Amino acid sequence: MIQLENVTKTYPKASRPSLDNVSVGIEKGEFVFFIGPSGSGKSTIIKLLLHEVSPSNGKVVVNAKDVTTLRSWKIPHFRRSIGCVFQDFRLLPNRTAYENVAFALEVIGKTKAVARRVVPEVLELVGLGGKEHRYPHELSGGEQQRVAVARAFVNRPLILLADEPTGNLDPDTSIEIMRLLDRINRTGTTVVMVTHDSNIVNQMRRRVIEIESGRIVRDQARGVYG
Amino acid sequence: MRLKYVLNEVLVGLWRNVTMTVAMIITMSVSLTMLGASVLLYMQVDQMKNFYYGEIEVSIFLRDDVTDAQKSAIDQAIANNALTESRQYESKQDAFKKFQVIWRDSPDFIKSVTPDSLPESYRVKLKDPEQYGAFADQMRGMQGIQDIVDQRELLKKVFDIFNSIQLMALVVAGVMALAALLLVGNTIQVAAYSKRREVAVMKLVGASNWFIQAPFVLEAVAAGLVGAILGFVFLFISKVVLLDGRLQALTNVLTPIPNGNVWLMLPLLAGVGALVSAVTAWVTLRFYLRV
Repeated sequence: MIQLENVTKTYPKASRPSLDNVSVGIEKGEFVFFIGPSGSGKSTIIKLLLHEVSPSNGKVVVNAKDVTTLRSWKIPHFRRSIGCVFQDFRLLPNRTAYENVAFALEVIGKTKAVARRVVPEVLELVGLGGKEHRYPHELSGGEQQRVAVARAFVNRPLILLADEPTGNLDPDTSIEIMRLLDRINRTGTTVVMVTHDSNIVNQMRRRVIEIESGRIVRDQARGVYG
Repeated sequence: MRLKYVLNEVLVGLWRNVTMTVAMIITMSVSLTMLGASVLLYMQVDQMKNFYYGEIEVSIFLRDDVTDAQKSAIDQAIANNALTESRQYESKQDAFKKFQVIWRDSPDFIKSVTPDSLPESYRVKLKDPEQYGAFADQMRGMQGIQDIVDQRELLKKVFDIFNSIQLMALVVAGVMALAALLLVGNTIQVAAYSKRREVAVMKLVGASNWFIQAPFVLEAVAAGLVGAILGFVFLFISKVVLLDGRLQALTNVLTPIPNGNVWLMLPLLAGVGALVSAVTAWVTLRFYLRV
């Protein structure tokens, strides 16, 4: 599902590479944590998978597509098979929960009729039934992140990327979000999560890949934060 | 729904930044008015050239002491010259008749002139009026010729004035166009900034590039089109008020500007305005909405 082959990424003007000759494979349906200290290069992996940045060296394959050679006009379509959740939610403040999710559908060409059918369903799934018409500022942090997850998942992507999704949430709420991501994972969606929340990693007991200074220092099938 | 979304975004975008939109439209319309005036003038000069050059003759004035032999030699030379289309001999009497017509408002002046004081001449029409120089060179050596005069020389001065007015209009159009472009670029930047959250989400969920960019580009195109229409209205009003009204005397010397030509400016200005805005907006977006 996801293959990184000898990937090196050096940002312009950086003294050392953010990722240094990293090779890793992730199978369909896996749930993987990337952990490591700030600046270790874990967020760069998310950016590479979204093709927000290109690797300086090596090959990134997502959904059997070589992202490195993907033409720029094909990137939007490619991204439709990937859902994405961030620490800062990235919701549109002037739109309700429903509208935020529907927006993601409508801008990729889905009709309002499709949105009316699918959006309530996915909001129900993330546990926001009844709060469709609240604006982000009327929702708690956890609820906002649920909207973001709903938006990422509404298009039934093959992969869900989560960049520190619990970074702004208290421990209890974090656990709830993790349960939600776990549920999504059980539908067959591959989940890749970047975090340094040791609590969560230790509770989930999923595959853990630890990165330090741009290199993989540990890859454990049912790992803990360590 | 997509079309409705895009159109709605365009209207909201233009309104959100309305002072900038107005500035953009004004500069755009001034620039396009100047462009239109310049093109009209160009067409006008072209038309006048056709009109006047068709009538133009080279006059070969003969000396007072010209002999009959010299005269027939000159006549032969003109007739045999490859550049000649037609020739006409004008005697002193013919010249005097013409003179009387031209100066009919000044009888005193006519009285002071006798047919004898006017020169005989040949009036030659050339196949190609541009070949005047070559023709004059070939004739100049002949005996009995006083002077060779090309009416083009006179017209050329008039056309030179028009050409420099046209150039000035073009320069103003260019400078205003530059200002308009900068304003379009700035407006698009502001628009892109105020919609950065939406744009970020759209990129994230994989909205196509055209879908992200279309509202911005169309915003600029809409302003460009409004500017073009205003420019056209300016142009039409100035034509009616100035050329058909106050400066009518001048218009009689010039050949009249057909309204058809002025109408032709509408699609031209609209096309230029829309295209230039669209390209500017698109280029600006390439820098500010990196995918």
